Amino acid sequence: MLRIEALQAIYPQLEECVVVTIMGAVSAELQSLGHRPNFFYLLHAMGLASSMGLGIALSRPELPVVVFDGDGSILMNLGSLTTMARYRPKNLLHVVFDNESLLSVGGFPPATATGSDIAGMAAAAGIPHTVTVHTLEAFTDAFSTARTAGELTTIVAKVEAKGPPLFLTDLPMLENRFQFQRHLRDMRAN
Amino acid sequence: MPVSVKHSQLIYDALKSCDVRLVSALPETWLVHLIRMAEDDPEMVLVRLAKEEEGVGISAGAHLAGVKSAMLMQNHGFLASINGIVSLAHLYHIPLLMLISYRGEFGERDPWQTQGGMSTEPLLRSLGIPYDRLDDPSHVAARINKAQTLAEASLSPVALLLGRDLMWEE
Repeated sequence: MLRIEALQAIYPQLEECVVVTIMGAVSAELQSLGHRPNFFYLLHAMGLASSMGLGIALSRPELPVVVFDGDGSILMNLGSLTTMARYRPKNLLHVVFDNESLLSVGGFPPATATGSDIAGMAAAAGIPHTVTVHTLEAFTDAFSTARTAGELTTIVAKVEAKGPPLFLTDLPMLENRFQFQRHLRDMRAN
Repeated sequence: MPVSVKHSQLIYDALKSCDVRLVSALPETWLVHLIRMAEDDPEMVLVRLAKEEEGVGISAGAHLAGVKSAMLMQNHGFLASINGIVSLAHLYHIPLLMLISYRGEFGERDPWQTQGGMSTEPLLRSLGIPYDRLDDPSHVAARINKAQTLAEASLSPVALLLGRDLMWEE
């Protein structure tokens, strides 16, 4: 499965969600499918996307929050699995794209390439629902199920170590940040 | 335990009056009463962390979602948060209200706290983080209010150093 195919398959479902992504390929590929004001791309602070998603989910329990994480990123903040599990917000869906590669820095192998199991660690941390998927169909099913399950879920999607040619987009970070904040405020007004 | 309940309550009440509704924390001796107060308060969301840097992400999420937050940490937790402060809070102009227990100052008996004490203010200065001290109960409420006001106006991290004279009753 290609990550961009996975993103494309669930893209229509993201319209009503608050979305936080990690840097690099995930951010660039989601933007290539079409930016929306409810998407925030965390272009640095590796590891903190899941923490940001948790902060939003706890602050705005009425909004469905989706985090698109990566293997290298969650491995830098494994404690976040335990913090998410402790509060297990029902409105948070945590997707980890695991390509077993630190692709943006030359493809070096993270620990998932040598057997570390992120879904296993998430389950052991206490995340109520965890699943690892290898096919587009299984990913789409898992995502749709988790969206309606009303329980914190971590989906680990095994994807190929292929990304876009460029990670830079024409959306400045601060424009994204203020647009996203304003959009969340307007979602309150509605 | 000679951590001041009275002064912890002063700090907590000041946070509440600034409309802080989410607190992230990692336990340390001087913070025990503050954390308990947050836990006992139905109006407050307390997020217990595994490591303090998570708190930067949680406060950033809370800010973008329209909720005011504060971070309770020891100065070693501040040291552990620096990448998040620089590459999230500074990079994206996110306000953070950091309440940092200032271990390792004059009077410190625990040898393991001393090195972090010596690094705390030099690091705050080198990161360009405005900071002030909380030592005297009479200035607690005003300084917390002013720190919160500056954080929100500047969209930047600010720090308050909780001193031994305020937190510890010998």
